[in-house]
Amino acid sequence: MPSPAEITQAARFEYGIKPNQSRFSGGLLAQLDGPDPLDLSIPVLRTDERMQRLVGVRELRGMRGQDQEAFKAAQRELRQLAAKDMVSLLARAVENPRGFRERIFAFWIDHFSVTPQQANSSYMLAAYFEDAIRPHISTRFADMLKAVVGHPSMLLYLGQNVSVGPNSQIGQRREKGLNENLAREVLELHTLGVDGSYTQEDVRQFAELLTGLTIGRNGVDFAPNRAEPGPETILGRSYGGGRPRAQDIEDFLEDLAMMPETARHLAGKLVVHFIGPAPQPQLVEAMAGAYLASGGEMRALYEVLIDSAAARADVFPKVRPPFEYMVTVLRALGFSADDILSVGGKEARALQSALTAMGQRPFQPNGPDGWPEEAESWINPPQLAARISWVGQLTHTYANDRDPRALLEALLGDTAPEFLSFAVSGAESKWEGLSLLLVSPALMRR
Amino acid sequence: MTLSRRKFLINSSLLGCSAAASPLFTPLTLAAAPGDNRLVVIILRGAMDGLDVVRPYGEPDYARYRPTLSQDEGAQDLDGFFALNSTLAPLMPLWQAKELAFVQAVSTPYRDKRSHFDGQDLLETGSNSRSGETTAGKTGWLNRALSLLPDAQTETAYSVGPSRMLLLDGENDYSAWSPGVDLTLSPQTRELLKRIYAADPLFETSALMALEISAKTDMMETGGRRGSAKVLAKFAAERLNEETRIASFSINGWDSHNNQRGTLNRALGELGEAILALKAGLGSNWQRTTVLAITEFGRTVAENGTSGTDHGTGGAMVMAGGAINGGQVFGQWPGLGELDLYQNRDLEPTSDVRRYLGWALRDLFGMEASALGSTVFPGLDMGDNVGIIA
Repeated sequence: MPSPAEITQAARFEYGIKPNQSRFSGGLLAQLDGPDPLDLSIPVLRTDERMQRLVGVRELRGMRGQDQEAFKAAQRELRQLAAKDMVSLLARAVENPRGFRERIFAFWIDHFSVTPQQANSSYMLAAYFEDAIRPHISTRFADMLKAVVGHPSMLLYLGQNVSVGPNSQIGQRREKGLNENLAREVLELHTLGVDGSYTQEDVRQFAELLTGLTIGRNGVDFAPNRAEPGPETILGRSYGGGRPRAQDIEDFLEDLAMMPETARHLAGKLVVHFIGPAPQPQLVEAMAGAYLASGGEMRALYEVLIDSAAARADVFPKVRPPFEYMVTVLRALGFSADDILSVGGKEARALQSALTAMGQRPFQPNGPDGWPEEAESWINPPQLAARISWVGQLTHTYANDRDPRALLEALLGDTAPEFLSFAVSGAESKWEGLSLLLVSPALMRR
Repeated sequence: MTLSRRKFLINSSLLGCSAAASPLFTPLTLAAAPGDNRLVVIILRGAMDGLDVVRPYGEPDYARYRPTLSQDEGAQDLDGFFALNSTLAPLMPLWQAKELAFVQAVSTPYRDKRSHFDGQDLLETGSNSRSGETTAGKTGWLNRALSLLPDAQTETAYSVGPSRMLLLDGENDYSAWSPGVDLTLSPQTRELLKRIYAADPLFETSALMALEISAKTDMMETGGRRGSAKVLAKFAAERLNEETRIASFSINGWDSHNNQRGTLNRALGELGEAILALKAGLGSNWQRTTVLAITEFGRTVAENGTSGTDHGTGGAMVMAGGAINGGQVFGQWPGLGELDLYQNRDLEPTSDVRRYLGWALRDLFGMEASALGSTVFPGLDMGDNVGIIA
């Protein structure tokens, strides 16, 4: 039976208790150490390979006659790949005993949200997660920032691939211009925050610095003939000026990552995500201070957060968003990665529409600001009904033989409220008892 | 609201009083609904290209700005100057019956940043902010309008669809449901469910409403693809035939930067089907219904290099229903000459879309213009009646 402290930790920082799996030994931070064995057992097709496949599909599209069949088949294959990606992400989160590692990964996916606007970009999404986010969850923040700004998914999403320096060779020849989207969102959402002390002129100068960065045939490319010539002054410092090069952009991102406003913005977001609304200013300051002192290590942020008193409090103001809730329920019922990886296309689609009905189209937030954090955004009558209904189908189909009282004890131990024990044992059937347990606030709040 | 998992029992006794006082605990009363008029507000998310929907084909510059997008063989002439996009041709009988109308060149006060999320927030809060700045604790204008309906009940206003709609969020109670969600539970489970949520108001409020709504709606029979606008509209019509007078839902997918023809056809098709489903579902109540479809901003006058258009300013509003003064294109047309455009790129908005919303609320529900200007759309000059309601 898990201790109250373990239950709190699993709720707040992980995907809940998985009764048929032994808990990771070592603290939360230790979960971030070393390679994750699941990298090998649930492999994901990487960015480069996917780029090549997309190029191949495009070439087929240009052909006529019989090759139309080949084009359609290749397209179908890509569609299936995107559906499989979602199942793999779910399976991995369900299986991983390093739950904190998965939750931190999900946090940064949301921080650097990308919503595919067209079919092509949805094929890239999982590779974006694996290549730009996952390897960097415990590095310097600057490394993740550079990886994200250097990934085709982000460039495509925020229109960087069409941004051209007005005075560059291409800009002069084709009368093309700047697209400020990426520059604005990096400052507003990814680093300084909307209250940061940057101006419209900083956005424009940063957008000029970013020109040249585009998507070529093999992925992200720096094209000097698209880059605005001359140095750019951003936030009071000058960048570039010589022959345009990608290094100038990286230099600015390095500086940006080490700004105190960036440190506070990241710290505040972590607290709001893991603890609750209205973060304590002292905690945010302590996290930001540790981050800056460490030279921009994200681990320093996590360490102060985990050690805070707020991290141990048994008050749970947050509600797990639908994907997180789905993982928590599947873990509670003891599903394995293999169980989930083996679902067919129809079941995968059912999972997707269940998430959509709960209010979260999987991996498609409405904008680059990601999913809402407020508990109220996730519990309204149709959303709650969709959760109850999905759990009911799941327990009815897969867990009809399980004793709900035993699961209650395995999940909540001594912390189970009396009315919940009463309701779970009072149900007319096992699956209904299990459902009541799984839809109770104790499994949804964190 | 913070809750401790281990303090549920204590909370539950404390909360007993306030929960019992909740209007959700008492069955919906038989008090008179506020009038017979019905209002449906559809939010078109992603910025609808008003110039492609209500096409100013009589404007010489139109084809010049839009060499490919201006082509639309099946477009339906409306008044010799504007034509309706061919995808909406099935709505022409409504136009002829004066049950369809449009407003051209309208916008919210939002200018220049052209961000979807700020633009939609502004559209839904009805705020007067030009920069798109929104304050904490923001509420929807349609929720605030409920304060001016003396007999408003929880069922009076309905948010339809899976996501929370800022438009209806606020202090006044409203109902929310998404057709196709199945909540078939045994009576015993329903009672136990109420019990496990009793200590947590966020869950309790939603659960009680979900149980009540699901008990009286047909869960599985949605009559269309789940989540489609047609299904949302059909459900809205069912509620509007009962005690509901105001319903709202969203249609996504209007952001047509690339291949606008395909994107717009899909979204417009949804809108057209939704309007026809409302008409069919409402039966004789259609005569007392007004449908207003609004979007966060319009799109650039010129088409871009990828057969699409980019974020703009002035846009269009779509209106339908037996209660409207239909068969006309409202609004003051600013022209497409170079000096007529906003910042040399967008349709110049000649009127605030909130004026049309405000006058509709006044004419449908008798809300005072002064109260609308202070409570629903603070800072708005309502001006003269725009005359969209018959």
